Amino acid sequence: MRKLFVPLVIVTALMFAYAPVMIANALFESTMGLVQKIFYFHVPAWFAMFTSVFVCGAASAIYLFKGRREADRIAVSAAEIAVLFGAIGLVTGPLWGRKAWGVWWEWDPRLTMAFLLELIFLAYLLVRTYGGPGSDKLAAAMGIFGMANVPFVYVSVNIWRTLHPKTTVVPTLGPGMRGAFWFCVLAFMLLFGLLLTLRVRLQERRATLDELYLAEEDGAV
Amino acid sequence: MRTLPRQTMVKRLLTLVFSLALVAPAFGFQPPAGLSGFEPVTGVPPSEQLPAAPLLIAAYAFVWVAVLFYVWTIWRRLNKVEKEMQALERRSRAR
Repeated sequence: MRKLFVPLVIVTALMFAYAPVMIANALFESTMGLVQKIFYFHVPAWFAMFTSVFVCGAASAIYLFKGRREADRIAVSAAEIAVLFGAIGLVTGPLWGRKAWGVWWEWDPRLTMAFLLELIFLAYLLVRTYGGPGSDKLAAAMGIFGMANVPFVYVSVNIWRTLHPKTTVVPTLGPGMRGAFWFCVLAFMLLFGLLLTLRVRLQERRATLDELYLAEEDGAV
Repeated sequence: MRTLPRQTMVKRLLTLVFSLALVAPAFGFQPPAGLSGFEPVTGVPPSEQLPAAPLLIAAYAFVWVAVLFYVWTIWRRLNKVEKEMQALERRSRAR
C-alpha cells in the first residue's frame, strides 16, 4: 500500500482538478438548472460517508467480538472520515435546497435521518475522546448501530413523502450526466481510501507511542 | 323644446371641459385598485430568481476547504506523535 500511496494521491488530485471540467460539460437538469450541479459532489460525498460508516461498523463488530486492536484502529479512523463526509453532505445539501426548494432545511425524513446519522458518529468520536477506559467497547457498539441506520437513511425517500429526490435518480441518469457523476464517485472513493490509510497510520503510530510510554514506565526502556 | 343659442351652448360646453380638466388629476392620482385575483405564469422572471452560481461555488469551495483542513489536522497530529517518539527515544538513549 505504501508504494501505491503516492501515485494514488497524484491520481486523486488530478481527478479532483478535472472534475469541475466534467461537471461543467455535463448536461443541465431541466427544472433546477445550474444549481443541480451540486449533485456531482453532494451524492458522492454521501456514498463515501456510507462506505465509511460500513467500514466503521464492520471493524467495530470485529473488535467487539474478536478483540482485534487493529480493527479498532480502522473503526475510529473510519468514524472520523464518516463525520467529514457527512458534514460535506449536510452543507452542500442545504445550498442546493435553498435554490431548488426555496428553503435551507426541511425536517423531512431523509434530511432528519441523515442529520441523526452524523450525530451518531459525532457522539462516537466524543465517547472515544472523553469516555475514559472502556469507551472503545461502547463506541464499537455505537458504530454497529450507526451502520444499521444506513439502509433506513437510504430507503427513507422511497418510504416516506419527502422533498428529497428518490433513489431512482442515480440508476436512471442520462448519458449526459452519468459519466461526470461516476467520475466524481470514483474520485471520492479514492479520497476515502487515502484518508483512511493516512488516519489508520496516525492511529498505529499513537499505539506504538503508548507502548513506548508503558515500557518506559515499567523501566524496560 | 326650447333650443339654446349657439353662443350659450359653446360656453356651457367649454365650462364642462374645463371642469373635467380640473378634476382629472384627482382621478389620475388615485392608488391602483387592489388585486381581484392572481394571474398564474409558468416561470419566475429572471430578475426575481435567486442566483445559482454563488450557491454552487460555495458548495464546491466547502468540499475543498473541509478536505484540506482535515488532511492538515492529520498531518499536524502525525507530526506531534513523531516528535513525541523522538523525544522518548532521546530520553531513553540518555539513560
